[in-house]
Formats: sequence, structure tokens, C-alpha cells
Amino acid sequence: MNRSRTRLLVALASAGALLATAGCGAADMTKQASPFAAPAGVKTVTLSVQSWVGAQANVAVAEQLLKEKLGYRVDLVQTDEVPAWDALSQGRVDAILEDWGHPDQEKLYVDEKKTIVRGGDLGVTGHIGWYVPKYWADKHPDVTDWKNLNTYADELKTAESGGKGQLMDGSPSYVTNDVALVKNLDLDYKVVFAGSEAAQITQIQQFAKEKKPFLSYWYQPQWLFNEVPMVEVKLPEYTDACAAKDPADIDCAYPTTPLQKFLNADFAERGGEASAFLKKFHWSEKDQNEVSEMIASQKLDPQEAAKRWIERHPDVWKKWLPQD
Amino acid sequence: MATARATPARPAQAGARRGPLAVLRDRPAAAKLLLLALVAVVVVPLVHGRWGGGVWPDALTADLSAPLGDVTDWIVSNRDSHPLFLYFFGHISNAVVLSVRGVYLVLLALGWAGVTVLAAAVAWRVAGIRLALTAAVSFLVCGLLGMWVPTMQTLALMAVAVLASVVLGLLLGLAAGLSDRTFRVLRPVLDTMQVLPAFAYLLPVVLVFGIGVPGAVLATVVYAAPPMARLTALGLRGADAGVMEAVASLGATGRQRLLSARLPLARKELLLGLNQTIMMALSMAVIASVIGAGGLGDRVYQALSSVDVGAALAAGIPIVLLAVVLDRTTEAAGRRIGAEPTGLALLRGWRGWSLAAAVTAAVAVAGRATDGRVWPEDVTVAIAGPVNTAKDWMVDHLYTGVPVVGGTADLAAHFTSGVLNPLRSGLTGLPWWSVLLIVAALAWTIGTWRTAATAVLAMAAIGVLGVWEPSMDTLSQVLAAVAVTLVIGFGVAVGAARSERLEKLLRPVLDVFQTMPQFVYLIPVVALFGVGRAPAAAAAVIYALPAVIRITTQGLRGVDPAAMECARSLGATPGQQLRQVQIPLARPSLLLAVNQAVVLVLAVVIIGGLVGSGALGYEVVLGLAQGDLATGLVAGAAIVCLGLMLDRVTQPTTRRQRQES
Repeated sequence: MNRSRTRLLVALASAGALLATAGCGAADMTKQASPFAAPAGVKTVTLSVQSWVGAQANVAVAEQLLKEKLGYRVDLVQTDEVPAWDALSQGRVDAILEDWGHPDQEKLYVDEKKTIVRGGDLGVTGHIGWYVPKYWADKHPDVTDWKNLNTYADELKTAESGGKGQLMDGSPSYVTNDVALVKNLDLDYKVVFAGSEAAQITQIQQFAKEKKPFLSYWYQPQWLFNEVPMVEVKLPEYTDACAAKDPADIDCAYPTTPLQKFLNADFAERGGEASAFLKKFHWSEKDQNEVSEMIASQKLDPQEAAKRWIERHPDVWKKWLPQD
Repeated sequence: MATARATPARPAQAGARRGPLAVLRDRPAAAKLLLLALVAVVVVPLVHGRWGGGVWPDALTADLSAPLGDVTDWIVSNRDSHPLFLYFFGHISNAVVLSVRGVYLVLLALGWAGVTVLAAAVAWRVAGIRLALTAAVSFLVCGLLGMWVPTMQTLALMAVAVLASVVLGLLLGLAAGLSDRTFRVLRPVLDTMQVLPAFAYLLPVVLVFGIGVPGAVLATVVYAAPPMARLTALGLRGADAGVMEAVASLGATGRQRLLSARLPLARKELLLGLNQTIMMALSMAVIASVIGAGGLGDRVYQALSSVDVGAALAAGIPIVLLAVVLDRTTEAAGRRIGAEPTGLALLRGWRGWSLAAAVTAAVAVAGRATDGRVWPEDVTVAIAGPVNTAKDWMVDHLYTGVPVVGGTADLAAHFTSGVLNPLRSGLTGLPWWSVLLIVAALAWTIGTWRTAATAVLAMAAIGVLGVWEPSMDTLSQVLAAVAVTLVIGFGVAVGAARSERLEKLLRPVLDVFQTMPQFVYLIPVVALFGVGRAPAAAAAVIYALPAVIRITTQGLRGVDPAAMECARSLGATPGQQLRQVQIPLARPSLLLAVNQAVVLVLAVVIIGGLVGSGALGYEVVLGLAQGDLATGLVAGAAIVCLGLMLDRVTQPTTRRQRQES
């Protein structure tokens, strides 16, 4: 009894001592840099890279310019979109360069908590839709209207789609209403989730090699269009009223979104030249695709691809640098 | 006395009933099944009348999305201010960042030459000259592939994660080894830590710690600590009773007994635990890159997103090399324990160690002086191009139009429509209560009523969580992939057990398949089998095969040579020897192989979600991608339940084995 009490006291005391040596102060997790970041004194910017190649292209070009022209060290963090918003709010990353619209996150972090600020347009307009390969649409021009899709369901059957036509969707992190659309438009199709963009691209390339028909959720701008030309299928017209419906009731096309940049609020204020540069970063779909294709199709390093683009287009990026 | 007199009288009394009862006594399995059937006859009509057949009834589910959503909201709004985060998680997070940074800076300061020599020196001291060479060559290859810095980042992360796992595992193992009650309480906890798919707990970790290294290290520790804990407990519990008695009689106190007898006696198990922990931690390196761990895993993951198999392989090879070096070194260290020291007297003990330290220091200093700290960029070999060409060639020639067997695309389509689809509709078509009955019957005949109860409760939990249908879908995929794995695995193992040369040839191949991050072969399997459940099954088979082949080969080899000799002298053909001697005698190993196949295939289910396998794997990935705690955690929990059920149904318990022998 007595002995166990002394033991308890010793344990408590040592726990207290441990706490004291570990520093009793509050540990602020929002001010924590990556252990692989450069030593103090070096100016560092951390950018979030999303899984699609367009996002890699933005980041690669920004990285090169920040390094070469402004003398920053750049760290890249790869994550999915929603976790990236979370990281941006915590200051783990300084900027997201290409956001396709996350109204819930915008409301929480930009409007309510004010830990994230808007960084303006990227200059690229994004559009999601349903696409069929051009070689197939040329043979059957009426396939590009959703009203005729049911007549082609038989041709699009696969082992996975269970007797219906296959509509292929991609990564789970992408915005999609396809299950609701198929139901609400009475289509004889089944949505098959490829599970990742890499799997979806590989499958599309495989279909294209054999000139097989397919129907896929896809988006623009995207480098794969240069390799596999695709035509969009017309869906019922997009309206704000339709977009405001419950997700399960949506029965119209996807909107066209000017892609947005977002910055950590603290970084936007105190980020100096880097934050000014990222706010001004603004280029066209053509520019982005040029870099994306070098990365994905010609298998160049993102850094190498960015270097080549920077050499060719000084007129575009000169405007992003500080004017002096 | 009374029983002795009663025994002869009983048959006479039993009279007409004697036949069936005696049969049941001889066949406990049949008795259990009969009892189960009786229970079913009474319970099923009641259950059926109340809730109906088909899928799991809605009335018996619990919706967790609201409470889990509340938890998410609470964490997000309190993360920057609540004392729990400021004074607890914050310090943990800081400590992890500081220690990883410390190790990383040391590695960078040593330079590539210093690190290579250090690795070789350590390998030489604990495992001998051959492994020293292997280690040095492996590190040089990492540099040649242009992966030096990511390799060092991964190594720094691994060092901290393994250290933390070992400390945690030792503590848990000590508690479990010294107290029976703790042992019983800990076992299911350790089971869960290992079966719960990493993807499912990455999300809560990210919510608390944010993305980056701290979360990655902690997720790795959760995954890698259990083997250390298990093996520590095993070692302590297995201590020779005679030795312990002797130590106690010498008047040693509890602590002395532990430190001077129990722990040293358990050295072999402790080292094996370390070995397992390192391997598990490495396999998490890639998965943790999904939440921004950096290093080699990040390179693999980024290559995946631009569909670049060559680049993914260039980052995957260093992971395999690290795994091989660490595995062989710790294994050799385990074998050397207690062996007589050999070699020059000058190189033994502390002298050898100081020599190693001196050489390392000299090389590191020389490296600094010649500015050789960073691997020279022009001394790299770009393998990505040739690898991609090779992959394209393979896919072009195998996808369609292979004579006789048909292309891989046809094969995948046949497998999906001929095996996976009927299996899935069969399982989803079964009334839910009949699934519970089948599970109970299987688990009870192979184990005890306890294992049966665990298995049935696990299945029921899946129903309560409201994911009955996707779970049946996943189960059908697991069963199909396990069947394929076993057919191929047993086939190869029979060959390897016969031919020593084949086994030697297989060993490095199996090593590579076991340690290569699954992300690397996702793209090739999609290119070969298309999107869907077939490529997921292929990935699972690739991952599970090495363990099955190894265990089975070992089991067949380990059969008593006398029994084999006897069969041979009786003129049995090789086929008869295999069927009538080897397989029956190796039964425990074969069962273990089945069990491992099930567990490993289930581990790839999540990865399958990334190539279109749907069901639970997709939901876990979806939960992480959309920051949706409810979807991810519930699907993860369902996978744990499936794993628990499958483990119990395929693993005969010790009591059963004792009855047999």
C-alpha cells in the first residue's frame, strides 16, 4: 500500500518533470514548418500540388520563377483537394493555385474563420462534362446529344457495367453529379468509378488505341485532348436554379468555372514578393496545356517542362514579377 | 467409482438412440452443425417474420454520419485554440518534426559518401562482409537513380517512426508479457491496429495534426508497433521456466529478473520484432505520402498522377533496396546472437565498432572537403524512358490477340463476368441471416464457440454500420482473389519445394514483389486488365503471392524426411508422395498460407479502390479525398470486421489443434 503510493508519487513527479523539460508553453501547430524545409533565414514558399497534371504545370512554372527570379526556396506538398484546404487554413501550405470550386470550404475558411483569402483568377477556365472520342462521334454524330445516348448503351457495355452502358468517372476527389444525372435523365447507364485519374487516363488511352467507343466524365483544360481528341456530349443546359437543387435531384450540365487561386491569410499579408507574385500569376489554357503535355505526354520532369516554357514565353511571365 | 460402474450400463440404457449419438460424439463438427441447425430452425422464422430476408434490415442499422460530422467540426473549430491541441498534440507534433529534422540534417551532413560508408560499416559489424557490400551498392544505386535526397528524407522519417514504434511496442509488449489480463485486453487492440486500413485513419490523423510529417509518422507508428508488441510479449512469456526458477531462487527482485533474465532470453524475438516493424514502416512510407510525408513515397505518388510507370519505378527501387538491406541485416543479426565471434581479434567487439566509426568519420570529412555532400546530378541513370518503352511493348502485345489464351483484356472480362459477378450476386442475394449462419458454421467447425461468436459479431457489426452490400461486394472480390492466389501459389510452391535451384531463383523475385510499393504496379495492371475489379484482383494476387509461396514451400520442405523416404521405398510416385504424404503432413503450414493470403488480399482492397474496384475500398479513398470522416471511417471499420471474420474462419485455434494431435 505504502509502497504503491510512493510509486505513484514518483510517477507523477517524473511526468511533471517531463512536461517541464518539454516546455510547458502552448505549442502552436499552425506555425510548424516541414522538417525537410530549408534552414531559417532562407525565404521559403510552400505550394500545394493536386493530383492532375494541369495543377502540376501551374506549380512547376511558379516554382521555377520563384526560385530563379525571386530567390525563394519552394517546397511542394501533394494532397487531395479537401485536405489541401485544411492545410492552407493551418498555414502548412501557402497557396493553392487551381481550385475548381469548394463552396463549403470557402464559406468556412474564407468567410467565417478568415484564415484563407482569395488570390484571384488563374486565367484558366475549367469545364466538366461528358465526352466521347472523336473517331466515334464522327461516325455517329447524334451521340453528342444526351437524348440519343440510350440507343448507344449496348455498344458501351463492359464487364463492370452489368448489362448497361458504362459511364466512366475518375478520382473520388473530383466534383461529380453523374450518379444523379444518370438517374434523373433516365439513362440506361451505370457509373463506373475508375478510382483515380491515372487509372482513368490509362483506360482511355487503351480504348483509343483500339478505336473502341467510350463515354467518360472528363474536364477541360486537359492535355489528353491532344492525344485522344474527344467531343463533349450535350447535357441539359446549366442554370443556377438547377445547381441550387439537392445533389440527388440535379439534372443539368456542369458549370463553366473560372479557376481560382487561394492564399493563406497570413502569407497573403506578410509573404512579400512571393505573395505578390502568386496573386499576379495569370495565364491561358493554351499556356497551361503546353506545359502539361510536356509533363504527361513527353514524360519530361515538371521542372524541365517549366524551364522550356519560361524560355519561350517571357512576355507572359514578365508581368508577374515586381515592377522595378 | 460410480462412473466406473455406470459406464458399462450406458449402452444398454441408450438402446435405440445409441447409433446417432455415438456418431455425433465421434464427430464433434457434425454435432456442432446439428446444434446450429436446431438453433436456426427456431430463430430464423422469427427473424424472417420480423425483419424479412434479403439485405440487412434498416431497423438494425446505426447511422454514424451525424456524430462523426460533429467530431470533424469540433476539431476544425478548436484546433488552434483548445488546450488539448496546444498542450498535448502540439508538443507531440513539434517533437516529431524536431527529431525528423535532426536525423535528416545529420544524414545530409554526412554526405552521400558518409552515409554509404556508415551503412556498410553497420552492416559489416552486425551481419558480416557480404551484407556490407550489399548495403553500399544499394545506397549507390539510390544515388544513381537520382533519388538521393528523397531517399534521405524517407530514411529520416523511417528512423524516427521505427524508433517510436519500437519504444511503444516494447512498452505494450512488456505489459502484455508480464500480465495475462493485459495480454487478453491488448490482443484485439493490436489486431485492429494491423487490419484497419491505413487510408481510413489517415483522415483523423490529418484532421488533428494537419498534413505533413507528424501525421505521417504517427500513422506509421500505429501500423508498425503491433508486431514489436506481439513478439516482445511472446518472448517474455516463452522464457524458460527453469531459468526463471533459478534466478528467483538466487533472490533476484522483480526488476532484476526482468532485466537480467527475461529480456536477454527474449533477444531473438525482440530482434525479429524489430525486423517486422521496419518492414511494416517501410510499406507505409508510400501510403503516408498521400498526406504529404514527402520522400520516396511522394515521388511514386506524383509519378502515378502523370501515369509515368518509369518514374514510379525509379522511386520504388530505392524503397525495395532499403527494405532488402534492413531486412537482411536485422535477420543476420538475429542469427548471430549467441554465436561465437569469428575473424581477426583486432576487429572484434568495441575495437571493430571504433574502426567503423573512424572510417565513417574520415570519409564524411573527406566528402565535405571535396564538396561531395550532394549527389552529383550528372552521375545519374535515367531509367524512366526505357521502362516506359518496355511497359508499352508488353501492353501492346498482351492486351489483345494472344493466341489460344486470348489477351489480358479478354481474360479480365471473362474473370469479371464469369467469377466475380456470379460470386457477388450470390453473396448479395443470400439473406443476411443465412450469411451469419454460414459464418457461424464455418468458424465453429474449425475453431471454438468463441471464435464463432467473434466472427458472427463482426459480420453483424458490418450490418449495423449500414454497409452490408458494399461489404458483400468486397467479400466476393477477396474470395476470388484468394482462390487465384492459392492456385498459383501452391503450384509454384510445389515446384520450389522439389527444386532447390528454383527456390534460389525465386527468392529475389519474391523480395521485390513483397516490398515494391503497390502504387507502382497500379498503372500496369490497369493497362493490362482495364478499369474495374479485375485489375484490383490482379494487384492483390501479386501482393499476396510471395507470402503464400514462402510459407507453403517451407511447409512442404519441412516434412519429416523419414516419412518421405518411407513413401519412396514403398514405390510411391512423386504425385502420390505429394498428395498422400507431403500435403497431409504440411497441413498446418498450408492453413497458415490460406490465412495469410486472406489477410494480405484484404490489405490491397483499399488500393483496389484506386483502380475501380468500387465497394469498401472506394469508400475509404472517397472519405479521405472529400474529408468525409463518416464515409471513410465506417468503410474502414467494415474492412476491419471483414478481416476479423475471415481470420477467425480460416485460423484453427490452438485448442482444436490439441484435440487433433
